Amino acid sequence: MPAESTDEQPPITLYRLQACPYCERVVRRLHELDLDFQSRFVEPMHGDRDVVKRVAGVRTVPVIVDETTGVTMAESGNIVSYLDGTYGEGGDRVLTDGGHTVPDGGRAAGGDA
Amino acid sequence: MPDFEVVDLPETDYVEAGDQAPDFERPLVNDEFWEDVSLSELTDDGPVALIFHSMDGAFPATYVWSEIDDRGWIDEFDAQFVGLSISSPYEHGDLLEDSGIDASLFSDPANGVAEAFGIVNDLDGMAGVSEPRPAVYLIDEDRTVQYAWVADEWPEFPPYDHVEEELADL
Repeated sequence: MPAESTDEQPPITLYRLQACPYCERVVRRLHELDLDFQSRFVEPMHGDRDVVKRVAGVRTVPVIVDETTGVTMAESGNIVSYLDGTYGEGGDRVLTDGGHTVPDGGRAAGGDA
Repeated sequence: MPDFEVVDLPETDYVEAGDQAPDFERPLVNDEFWEDVSLSELTDDGPVALIFHSMDGAFPATYVWSEIDDRGWIDEFDAQFVGLSISSPYEHGDLLEDSGIDASLFSDPANGVAEAFGIVNDLDGMAGVSEPRPAVYLIDEDRTVQYAWVADEWPEFPPYDHVEEELADL
């Protein structure tokens, strides 16, 4: 759960599926890094996930959208690495060249729901 | 209006016109996803028509949305049309898909919003289950209730013609 309900939307949006372990992995890391985020739950049926298709070009979840850096990213392994690299200890905090989409590196490809 | 055998509901001290609507945050379901949204976030964007109805699948839920659809309110009026029932987000997704209505629906399985509004309906014959009384609230940008209708019989349907006049004034 996001820590507090506020009128300000947090900069990070996580598209997730209820009870999806790959999504929970990302949620766990977001909590560990103490990042506020907004959860958007999508439909179990891939064919009904038009919103993630539109946002990220895929029908898998998790997908993260980080308005602070301009990053939209799919695939839980990539997302966790991104979060660690950006917000973890010694991370960039905020990428200097925001505004791009980090491509899916194919790491642990096919692992997501 | 069909001729029902109706039950009088007990008197209740509910949120009325002129009151400030209690703020709440619940999963709000649209045709693509759901996310936690507060009433005040919606009213910040403009007036809200908040329709409390019985659980999805019960005929009153279908009737209310089909009447709203037939009357073309969602296109005609500026208010954001938002439903609320105790049904899960999955059931709300089905209701939106089946009815084709361009609204969004709050999911409140624990019925806390109805409690805050003073409109709890304990369901006879369903142990441990309560839901909101049928109710229509028209709420302005300051979260002030401009119009409230709350059922005092069960089942009962909103006075649509009257609500329509109030919508025009919102």
